[in-house]
Amino acid sequence: MGPFIEVVLGGLLAGVLYSLVALGFVLIFKASGVFNFAQGAMVLFAALSLVRLMSGELSAVHYWGAAAVLGVAVGYVLLLFWRRARPAAAPGRGASWGLIGVFGLIGAALAALHGTAGWSGWVAIPATAAIMGLLAVAIERLVLRPLVNQEPIILFMATIGITFFIDGFGQTIWGSEIYTLDLGIPKDPMFLLESVFEGGILVNKLDIFAAAIAGVLVAVLAVFFQKTRIGRALRAVADDHQAAQSVGIPLNQIWIIVWTVAGFVALVAGIVWGSALGVQFSIALVALKALPVLILGGFTSVPGAIIGGLIIGMGEKLAEVYLGPVLGGGIENWFAYMLALIVLLFRPQGLFGERIIERI
Amino acid sequence: MKLSRISAIAAVAMTMPLAVVGEAAAQNEQFIPSLVYRTGAYAPNGIPFANGVNDYMAMLNDRDGGVNGVKIVLEECETGYATDRGVECYERLKGKGPTGAAAVSPLSTGITFALTEKAPADKIPLLTMGYGRSESADGSVFSWNFPLLGTYWSAADILIQHVAKKGSLKGKKIVLVYHDSPYGKEPIPVLQDHAKKHGYTFEPIPVTHPGVEQKAVWLKIRQGRPDYVFLWGWGVMNSTSIKEAAAVNYPRDKMYGVWWSGAEPDVLPAGDGAKGYNALALHPAGTVYEVHKDVFKHLYDKGKGMAKRDEVGHVLYNRGLINAMLTIEAIKTAQAKFGKKPMTGDQVRWGFENLNLTAAHIKALGFDGLVSPLKVSCADHEGARKARIQQWDGKQWVYTTEWIEADTKYLRPKMEAAAKAYAAEKKIEARNCAKQS
Repeated sequence: MGPFIEVVLGGLLAGVLYSLVALGFVLIFKASGVFNFAQGAMVLFAALSLVRLMSGELSAVHYWGAAAVLGVAVGYVLLLFWRRARPAAAPGRGASWGLIGVFGLIGAALAALHGTAGWSGWVAIPATAAIMGLLAVAIERLVLRPLVNQEPIILFMATIGITFFIDGFGQTIWGSEIYTLDLGIPKDPMFLLESVFEGGILVNKLDIFAAAIAGVLVAVLAVFFQKTRIGRALRAVADDHQAAQSVGIPLNQIWIIVWTVAGFVALVAGIVWGSALGVQFSIALVALKALPVLILGGFTSVPGAIIGGLIIGMGEKLAEVYLGPVLGGGIENWFAYMLALIVLLFRPQGLFGERIIERI
Repeated sequence: MKLSRISAIAAVAMTMPLAVVGEAAAQNEQFIPSLVYRTGAYAPNGIPFANGVNDYMAMLNDRDGGVNGVKIVLEECETGYATDRGVECYERLKGKGPTGAAAVSPLSTGITFALTEKAPADKIPLLTMGYGRSESADGSVFSWNFPLLGTYWSAADILIQHVAKKGSLKGKKIVLVYHDSPYGKEPIPVLQDHAKKHGYTFEPIPVTHPGVEQKAVWLKIRQGRPDYVFLWGWGVMNSTSIKEAAAVNYPRDKMYGVWWSGAEPDVLPAGDGAKGYNALALHPAGTVYEVHKDVFKHLYDKGKGMAKRDEVGHVLYNRGLINAMLTIEAIKTAQAKFGKKPMTGDQVRWGFENLNLTAAHIKALGFDGLVSPLKVSCADHEGARKARIQQWDGKQWVYTTEWIEADTKYLRPKMEAAAKAYAAEKKIEARNCAKQS
């Protein structure tokens, strides 16, 4: 019984890691109707940016650039607060850009003073979040804006293009070796119920940490979508771009926000996956594990991504351990898809997806 | 108008000699393709190897002006360790240079399988140092394949010899965690044979590409508690295996990797969890060898090297150096027979087949201590089949055994039988090696 429980528990905790990536997919699909194939590449890009900024092995130009991006982001956020607090006293468009530019220069200057030593996580994580924000702006400006009101398949194809670009670009500027990410997250194995089962039940502390992170993310995202003005606007855009625009929802801003948030989710997933596996290209491939999770849980449901991840994680580990020896082993990858397809037979919208009924 | 026409003719006339000189220079170049993977899932292992190859060729060009006065032109092509892209690279580069590709090192058993049928038609030798088809060591059938220094069958045999010395294997259990690809499957027949001979239970467990999903595999190992785990991984699969072994508390000193699972990118990401892990070694790491002095002097001191200075001497970097050296020595051997000019693939094949690296020759090349002597022949395309066991102490690889030689008496008939079956399937007429010069 002990080994069975161990496999179930291990599978559930692995499933949480899949859910972390699936959340990014759901977020963008829910908010913009775009299936973002680039989510895995974004996870890799975020993790690479973070680990390399912390490494102290980069040229000065890398640090200046990252610090400038962080400075710009800080300046932008401060301006937003300023406009909220004292709209009358806030600077105009030109002055705002000037101010943001000054913040960027301050950031670069501070990086120059710091030299090429590695940054601490406290600076590197916000800097990476800012880089992901810049990436979101670039994607919106260069890819999504020209494709407004195009067929979803066109947008999907565009995200495939973004995937290849980010994969290559990320490795070009940050490197393509295996980098160890150590943010102090505990990774040691724990053995529970040793008095009940021989050898105990193995649980990894990193998996527990990932589960906690996933729980917090889901709570935050649920509040964001259901309770905030921006969240409601995101859902409106997802339902109909044109209708949302016609009632005054700024489509471009919404897309930047949602891609930034997806970038942030990618950073969190990158931190957890990078801590577990080391930061390297294969992290981008792990995102493919999110696909059966989405099929199972539904593309529009945050809880669906979590439940789907748990079912897939547990199902594939049980299959590998108990069916694998019969079928020759190495079955967990395709078994996840098979499990998802079986669910589709009975619930085409996934377990938690929205049922679409259209009047003919 | 007239003036401009005259100017044009004058310009052409003036550049003509340059073009002729350029053409002549190009005619005196030896083109060598380099199939690499600097991006993708296997880049951490592909990069140091590619750097070693590149640095050795560049060093020769700088130090000696190439090989016997013939400039070496190396062109990399990114395969991403994917067989289709590897074949594409081969097709694109095989005809380049004045004499076509001198030799190809696919750096992938999958690509090697695909090229094994193409190489004879194109007359290009395949150098598969420490990888490739194991039965291709039989040169009478595989005229164009050169798995120098050791095949996977040799590796599996050496590992079994080593663990058998620690105590009888009867009733014990050995698990093979392998990359689910032609590469990973290569040792299975030998380990199955030995299971019957030694009386151990053998269980192969595949890991699908790229190998980052191994939790279920290691939970199975935790439950089965094998006496030894052999690791036949590549790229991130290796470090993931070691990390997962640490996570399930499987003793790392009971783990043995093949020589492609025993480099720095395999152990460093696992941190302290890798301490005690063992792997086969074809050669040592380090920069204390003569060849490294030349690499530093002619490249890194001039800011020209491909790698980071502190990564020179890593296991896979040194393997790249050795791979490049073997290619060059085959070319030199061919030049000794056919003249000091760019060699064709056919001539380089002859060079490989007549390669005889004695201890004195190796020392003269600056590889003393890095490579064992090897002698290739028509019948034996492996040349040498020895390895040592190395152990990661947390900072560096440390040898724990002397050289162990694979058992030729057992392997040779097996290899010949497999080669014969291949020849029958592909309708290849085996050469009579007794008549080869």
